[in-house]
Amino acid sequence: MSFVLVQVIVGGLLLGAVYALFSSGLTLVWGMMNIVNFAHGDFVMLGMYVAYVVYTLMGGGPLLGAPLATLVLATLGIVVYFGLIRGIMKGPMLAQILGTFGLALLLRYSVFWWFGANFLSMPPNIVGGTYAFAGLRIEASRLLAGVVALLVTLGLHLLLTRTSLGSKMLAVAEDQTAAQLMGIRPDTMQAIAWAIAAGATGLAGALIANFFYIVPTVGETLGIVAFVTVSLGGFGSVPGALVAGLLIGVIESLSGYLIGAIYKDIVVYVLFLFFLWFRPQGLMGKM
Amino acid sequence: MRRWIWPSVVAAFAIAYPLLLSSPFQQRLGALVLLYAIAASAWNIVGGYAGQVSVGHVVFFGCGAYAAMGAYAKFGLSPLFGIPGGIVLAVGLAAIVGVPTLRLSGHYFSMATIAVAETMRLIVTNTEWLGAAVGLSGPTVPRNIFDLSFLSALPYYYLFLIILAITLAITWWMTNSRMGFYLRAIKDSERAARSLGAPASRTKLYAYMLSAALTSVAGALYAMMFGFVDPESGLGILISVKILIMAALGGAGLLFGPLVGAAILVPLEEISNSWLGGKGAGLTFVVYGAIIVLIARFQPGGLLSLLTRRGKPKTDTGASHAP
Repeated sequence: MSFVLVQVIVGGLLLGAVYALFSSGLTLVWGMMNIVNFAHGDFVMLGMYVAYVVYTLMGGGPLLGAPLATLVLATLGIVVYFGLIRGIMKGPMLAQILGTFGLALLLRYSVFWWFGANFLSMPPNIVGGTYAFAGLRIEASRLLAGVVALLVTLGLHLLLTRTSLGSKMLAVAEDQTAAQLMGIRPDTMQAIAWAIAAGATGLAGALIANFFYIVPTVGETLGIVAFVTVSLGGFGSVPGALVAGLLIGVIESLSGYLIGAIYKDIVVYVLFLFFLWFRPQGLMGKM
Repeated sequence: MRRWIWPSVVAAFAIAYPLLLSSPFQQRLGALVLLYAIAASAWNIVGGYAGQVSVGHVVFFGCGAYAAMGAYAKFGLSPLFGIPGGIVLAVGLAAIVGVPTLRLSGHYFSMATIAVAETMRLIVTNTEWLGAAVGLSGPTVPRNIFDLSFLSALPYYYLFLIILAITLAITWWMTNSRMGFYLRAIKDSERAARSLGAPASRTKLYAYMLSAALTSVAGALYAMMFGFVDPESGLGILISVKILIMAALGGAGLLFGPLVGAAILVPLEEISNSWLGGKGAGLTFVVYGAIIVLIARFQPGGLLSLLTRRGKPKTDTGASHAP
């Protein structure tokens, strides 16, 4: 294998870990409430803009931007849950899809209106330069994003499977009424799930803001990436999202390198359709 | 006969509108309302009656628009000749997308339609033969009347009015046919409908294909009126969004819902664009987003469902047609 190819694959894995992070938020909400958040990609976009604003107003790097973006988005998640999701959750399918889709438009074009359509970017050396390992050159910002995203995604998995909070959330996902009889408040658990899901997108957004282009419509592409990841990994499965996210990161950067940068989105979309048609339960999920 | 009073009044007003309000801006506005009403009514067949929320309907719109402009730009024919080609393309594409995805639950279908539309947009944007990012143009100077290239919006207005009438007639005929009953049953509960022998997948697919055909006609008409099509105006996801919001605002699954939605939103957008200029484009979609969120949260049936709910106890003839 050529050296460049290894470089491309490592880059794909690091980006894929971030995909896994924000996709696990989507899969959590989807698996728990059977609600598909069409605004998920735009949550990531908001995270990027929070990090950008933190930098331009206070000069803070990711050390300040990332926790702040997580906090802001988690708050937004709770507001969205109580303001919108709780109302449409039991409504008709049309209302569910329109509700989160309208939210996506509202967020995307509010940002568009405020910041304009221009591509923004963070200064290239906001997280110290580039490392060289055994001939591989890795930007510190990408390494930071990949490693933090991987750790947080694993942490999320542990939270859901090893703690009492996770068990309570799973109980609500399994059977709301039964959970309620056991003294668990479904409302609280679902609000927490939204806070976690949105917080994960905020963190992911702040992490990729350091090297990604920042533009209001970036959420559309990222949203589709999240859908692909979740449908590949099986809905409701965080480990599935992790494997699928890494896989998609690699596929995307390989196709960008081998076929051309314009076609990497097409490859991901076609892969998505292919999976929907032939294996809708995903690689590891159950239906 | 009471239920025909309002439609007659609306029809009379629609015919007289360009004579009553005859400034070029008003005529153009009227034509645009009708055009979007056609597209939204076409969406309504699959999104409203069949309950399958297609968010990528613009792909069929694009089939029509590109076929009409392609007929002129590539073969020197009148754009009219592109319409059948656009319909064939759209119906074929609907079958390819619909057969595998309509089996899945609604969310998957919505996502698949987004992915298809975005894939097509990216492919067309990178295809030199289809004009890439610049797009295709129609006849700048009409050679004869069949080029359908007019300076005034008046001929377009009446053309669109006729096509809208045909679209609504097809929809009305469909709702009262066996297919309409199947669709209503499927929308209420697909499992129950299936167990009673309604061919759910096939009926949804037919609705999707019919909707695709009519949407492609709307796309062809759009391209003829504006004289060109490019990936943003012909395949951009925002066109789907507009179509979908109009139908949902007026009332998805109601015959005149899309028309009501278009009559409210098209003037709103035109006015906000002319007041705010380029800056208005973003704000328009902020308002659109807010409108959909509010509809979804408080009135999922759309504005017209307010009227039918109030009117239902009085008329017993309407009961069998209620969604």
